[in-house]
Amino acid sequence: MKLKHEIFETNIGLLIIFTMIAISIGGLVEITPLFYINDTVEDVRRADGTQAVRPYTPLEQRGRDIYTREGCYNCHSQMIRPFRDEALRYGHYSLAAESQYDHPFQWGSKRTGPDLARVGGKYSDTWHVKHLVRPKSVVPESIMPNYPWLLENDLDYSDIQARMEALKKVGVPYSLTQEEYDSNVKQFGKAVADKLDITRADENLVSEAQDNNRDGIPSRITEMDALVAYLQMLGTLIDFKAHDEHEFIKAR
Amino acid sequence: MAHSSAGSVEQYNYDIVKKFAIASLIWGIAGMFTGVWLASELAWPFLNFDIAQITFGRLRPVHTSGVIFGFGGNALFATSFYVVQRTCQARLAGSRNAHYFMFYGWNGALIIAGIGYMMGITQAREYAEPEWYVDIMITLVWLVYFWVFVTTITRRNQPHIYVANWFYMAFILATAILHIFNNLAVPVSFTGAKSYSLFAGAQDAMTQWWYGHNAVGFFLTAAFLGMMYYFVPKQAGRPVYSYRLSIVHFWALGFMYMWVGTHHLHWTAIPDWTSSLAAVFSILLLMPSWGGMINGIMTLSGAWDKLRTDPIMMFMITALSFYGMSTFEGPMMALKEVNALSHYTDWTVGHVHSGALGWVALITIGSFYHMIPKLWNTELYSMRLVKLHFFVATLGIILYITAMWSSGIGQGMMLREFDEYGNLANTFISTVTFMHAPLVARAIGGMFFVSGMLLMAFNIYMTIRNAKREPAVGSVAQTVNA
Repeated sequence: MKLKHEIFETNIGLLIIFTMIAISIGGLVEITPLFYINDTVEDVRRADGTQAVRPYTPLEQRGRDIYTREGCYNCHSQMIRPFRDEALRYGHYSLAAESQYDHPFQWGSKRTGPDLARVGGKYSDTWHVKHLVRPKSVVPESIMPNYPWLLENDLDYSDIQARMEALKKVGVPYSLTQEEYDSNVKQFGKAVADKLDITRADENLVSEAQDNNRDGIPSRITEMDALVAYLQMLGTLIDFKAHDEHEFIKAR
Repeated sequence: MAHSSAGSVEQYNYDIVKKFAIASLIWGIAGMFTGVWLASELAWPFLNFDIAQITFGRLRPVHTSGVIFGFGGNALFATSFYVVQRTCQARLAGSRNAHYFMFYGWNGALIIAGIGYMMGITQAREYAEPEWYVDIMITLVWLVYFWVFVTTITRRNQPHIYVANWFYMAFILATAILHIFNNLAVPVSFTGAKSYSLFAGAQDAMTQWWYGHNAVGFFLTAAFLGMMYYFVPKQAGRPVYSYRLSIVHFWALGFMYMWVGTHHLHWTAIPDWTSSLAAVFSILLLMPSWGGMINGIMTLSGAWDKLRTDPIMMFMITALSFYGMSTFEGPMMALKEVNALSHYTDWTVGHVHSGALGWVALITIGSFYHMIPKLWNTELYSMRLVKLHFFVATLGIILYITAMWSSGIGQGMMLREFDEYGNLANTFISTVTFMHAPLVARAIGGMFFVSGMLLMAFNIYMTIRNAKREPAVGSVAQTVNA
């Protein structure tokens, strides 16, 4: 076999074009279909026909921003795999639907600490506050750093509307117009649609923080309020008891 | 092999090569020291000191960006500019301003990104943490890099483009594509740092690991193979073992790497077929990977004695051996059954470091020991220190990866252990307690490796100082260069 490879070795233009072709195919075949195959993200609905998975409330989204800021993803995953030990330890395996509003996704790649995909509701708010301020106070063997500043810093929510508008641009159904609001009512129900209304973001954030008072300090809205609000909703949106065990396997 | 061993210092632009080489060493020491600090934080958590800026979560990207883009990136700029000039027998294209733009643009972007991480500014995507404005800076630098590199090739005084340059070129192209697509995001405001990624959830995960794995494939593999294809034959004084093998494995590697990123997402909420496809291609990838390793190691055939006498050759051949080992381990870990155990554990961390320290760092160190004296037209200050560096570095890597195997496989086994009643046998926190000893050993392994880098910095510093004192070539150390 005589290699006619010389044509590439003597022509940088051809070498560039053919290299581009060679390196483009894999990504095109594996990634682009996922934007078109509807099954990629499951359609999970509640008994009343509304969507089970909703976008984050303003307070939860600010909590999520703090989660990414602190780099929690470096040690905690949010992706439960379909194994028996993980089912016992963390709960039902994660669905793609559950992270459909996650910009960016936080599935993680390393569990120096446990998975957090369904940590919501597992511990009390008080436990989370104590744990975040000093993990060893509730888990003596923990190697997690202390995060005392979460309680010291007041939550900055001055740009919450701008953040929600940016998220709206990348596809999260927060509403600005009456039309968008009405569509959210249809899709998620009125209670949720109210929380997704960008024009009411500030009052929604303040009332959610004050009503729940997760940080235990009624007079202030701290970063702790936001982060715990986010952690406490993780993995709680789908009621798996209401679904057939095999319903979600089809999507895989 | 390269047609040019001749060529005066004036014929080529070595100034920009020198700058990138020194920057690479500085980033190497800083980035690896940060790595040792992080490893120590895991072993002894009080080292977080309740200081937000240095907690593990914020500091880890400083380490990864520092070593990959600081140490590795600068080394690739330096060696690619050295190699492209010498193999094309042409002076580097572009003006002084273009070269300075690349140098200060790249390093400035990394410094801004690193300080940002410590302040909590991050995209929270692994190895793509820099926010949108740094991403734009990097893109501009990269476009100039591509232009300078390709233009230099068009000015070559040889009909053929040498194989090292194919690899460098593929790396520059692929990195541009990966960087741009994975960093698509919408900023909250053009005066603020924060942005949100364009994609969400499963699609975002697929894009990120397509990027993440091919950053390994093209930034940390193809590019360093380019380095290998010039410096190994040069140091051995032998031609590349097989011309045909280099052709076959170049195209196969470039084609196959892009399919395998999804093996980082086995058993997650993505369609199974993508994951299976990635596993198959991961296994296939073993062949082109080993093609490169064989081509490199066999280049030494007929000159095996150099492995005893030439410490620089020891670095290079050990690098290729680690490359072979980690490109075997990788496909194995990409099997779904193995991945079920290894994923999320320290085994992955160990695997990355056998590639990053064993392959990337050792081949860079070997190439630098060859190149830096040539850049300053002198001899290395001490060959004995090179030898010492080799043993300290190799011991460090072995300690590191052995510790991570124990910790990772141990934790994986413990987490899936059931008692006689079918309940979980271990709590998560008991695996954390178990991992303490391996984490200490890993930190010590890292310390060894950084010590080696300090030896190298001293050796290089003395080499350059001597070169500046005596303009002519002095025989300070015994030369083993071919």
